[in-house]
Amino acid sequence: MGDILTNFFTGTVPIEAYLGLSLIMFFCGVYGFLTRKNMLMILISVELMLNAADINFAVFNRYLYPGQLEGFYFSLFTIAIAACETAVAIAIIINIYRNLKSVEVDNLNQMKE
Amino acid sequence: MQYTLLILALPLLSFAVLGLVDAKWKPKVAGTIGTTILGIITILSYFAAWQYFTQYKVDGVYQKVIAFDYEWLRFNDLLHINLGILLDPISVMMMIVITTVSFMVNLYSLGYMKGEKGFQRYYAFLSLFAFSMLGLVMATNIFQMYIFWELVGVSSYLLIGFYYTRPAAVAAAKKAFIVTRFADLFFLIGILLLSYFTKTFDFGILTSSNANVFAEATSKTFMGFSMLSWAMALIFIGGAGKSAMFPLHIWLPDAMEGPTPVSALIHAATMVVAGVFLVARLFPVYVVFTPEVLHGIAYVGAFTALFSAIIACVQTDIKRVLAFSTISQIGFMMVGLGVSGYGGHEGVGYMSSMFHLFTHAFFKSLLFLGAGSVIHAVHSNEMKDMGGLRKYMPITNWTFLIACLAIAGIPPFSGFFSKDEILSASYSFSPAMGGIMTFIAGLTAFYMFRLYYNIFWGKEFKPATQSENYHGHGNTPHESPFSMSSALVFLGAVTCVAGLIPFGHFITSDGVPYDIHINLTVASVSIIVALVGIIIATYLYRKENEIPEKLAKTFDGFYKAASHRFYIDEVYLFSTKKIIFNNIARPIAWFDRHVIDGTMNGIASSTQWVAVKIKGFQSGQIQQYAYVFLLGTLLVAALVIFLI
Repeated sequence: MGDILTNFFTGTVPIEAYLGLSLIMFFCGVYGFLTRKNMLMILISVELMLNAADINFAVFNRYLYPGQLEGFYFSLFTIAIAACETAVAIAIIINIYRNLKSVEVDNLNQMKE
Repeated sequence: MQYTLLILALPLLSFAVLGLVDAKWKPKVAGTIGTTILGIITILSYFAAWQYFTQYKVDGVYQKVIAFDYEWLRFNDLLHINLGILLDPISVMMMIVITTVSFMVNLYSLGYMKGEKGFQRYYAFLSLFAFSMLGLVMATNIFQMYIFWELVGVSSYLLIGFYYTRPAAVAAAKKAFIVTRFADLFFLIGILLLSYFTKTFDFGILTSSNANVFAEATSKTFMGFSMLSWAMALIFIGGAGKSAMFPLHIWLPDAMEGPTPVSALIHAATMVVAGVFLVARLFPVYVVFTPEVLHGIAYVGAFTALFSAIIACVQTDIKRVLAFSTISQIGFMMVGLGVSGYGGHEGVGYMSSMFHLFTHAFFKSLLFLGAGSVIHAVHSNEMKDMGGLRKYMPITNWTFLIACLAIAGIPPFSGFFSKDEILSASYSFSPAMGGIMTFIAGLTAFYMFRLYYNIFWGKEFKPATQSENYHGHGNTPHESPFSMSSALVFLGAVTCVAGLIPFGHFITSDGVPYDIHINLTVASVSIIVALVGIIIATYLYRKENEIPEKLAKTFDGFYKAASHRFYIDEVYLFSTKKIIFNNIARPIAWFDRHVIDGTMNGIASSTQWVAVKIKGFQSGQIQQYAYVFLLGTLLVAALVIFLI
């Protein structure tokens, strides 16, 4: 614990800490995606997973290829796409809500059968 | 002689027209059309016969003329099926017989069938029959013959079952069709065997007595007989089915359920002699290459003739007496062919058989039409409802008497000449055969006169007899209308003179004219035997008396067996229903339902089961998919990490 704090303050955080964070975020996202029935919550879970991936991009760039920028650019690119995706998803969710008065995924079975 | 095609085309046209318009035209119109067309083709075929017998004789031998030939189906150079018209002495003779009797029956039916429901249909079927029977006799090849053979069977089926509301008629039609069809199966196998080894269907090649054609068929043997013998025997079985030879005769007595003119046309004069015609058509093959089969035919014919003559003596339904008499006479024809040799005096059996076919067609159709006239008058088929009718129906009486004398073999009526030739041919084959045939000739005379006396003499007619189809118009029987009696008179006249035709000048086994010599010993013996038969019948049946009943009591067992037709039908029923149905048909049906259908059903239901199971995966729940996807990814990841 002492080491981590020291490292934190000295600016030399080990890569495992970042990867551990992104791992936790990613599986939180997976768990939320699988268990939540509310579409907004599912959307948030998807965003969590995306952000976990973004962290990985940045971290690997920083530790493996210092001085290069591809990973950071990818992170920015992904954030932009995630924003668009969220906008589209929310538009869809609003439309579904208007039609069904509900955003529960279990109710979305009109096109089955 | 291409115009002979019209002889086939006109009845077909008449069938098509009458069959299509059916009840839209008045019965009278339909009847007139049918009869007129038959009249036209009768004249045409007389003309063709005259032309043939005067113009197509080369060096004293009648030639085979192919008047028309058309390749119908061509598979390859060897296997092709032609349709055509073959004119030779026997087909021309059959043409005359068929058209004449058909015409008479059409004419007669105008009166007999008057007011029946389905009159137009009846005439359509008569035309169909005339077409198919003419096609059969004019066939240029055995396959064409087979096609028309089946058509004849169908028209026979349709006409026997004409009164389709009567269960007995329906059963009789089915029985006739199934029994003859069963025999035709053997015929077909025979055709296939024969044509497989000889590489041809054509009668011209088959009957040329060319040993090269049959070299392969005679050299291969199966169970001790050459393939040719097998083929010819199988073909004869087909003929035996149509010609009601023992043991395939069971359908003919039942076929009498059809209208009486139909019995006269199909089941006495024309269709039932198709088997005889078939043997005659292939006669050169039989006599040169397979004499053992030909002798077999003679024995089958003789046994059938004896067997059915005995049954005919005790039947009480007049049409059945005539039916058994027909079977017996066809037996005579078969014997004639069976004992014959080839050419000149040897071939007299062939000539006599064809002669008997010719004369029999006329006197037997006369007998049936006479019986129809009687049935028309008293509305019953049973002898007990008749008797003493000579006063009421003089024309029927006289024509019937002429026909009875002809079939009994009393000169100068036609039956004498033809039967006498068969008898002398049988005597030269073997004395035993001749003796048996003479005895049967005596039996014939006896049962025919038993029939005659029971109808026209015997007890006085009691008008009060009620039978099933009695629909009473006046109590006393009366002579039939003109259209019926004119047919009777015409056929009666033919019966009187047909025997005087120098038949040997027209038809012989090798086409060379031959002079018929009446063998005086044989002739006098047969006349005496016939007279004895007639005298016994006169003694027993002319006046009502007790002797027939006493005789029946004395020979009780035999009498009962004969009147039950020696239980042949029962044997058939037992062997089909109890043995074949239970032991063969049922297991096959079980196999079909459970194994064959079961396989198909199993495939279908297992597919369905799999589909139901797979359907569960397609839930549409995206989270479920994601879950499975996640597990799969983890699995792959674990594999990559721990195994590689």
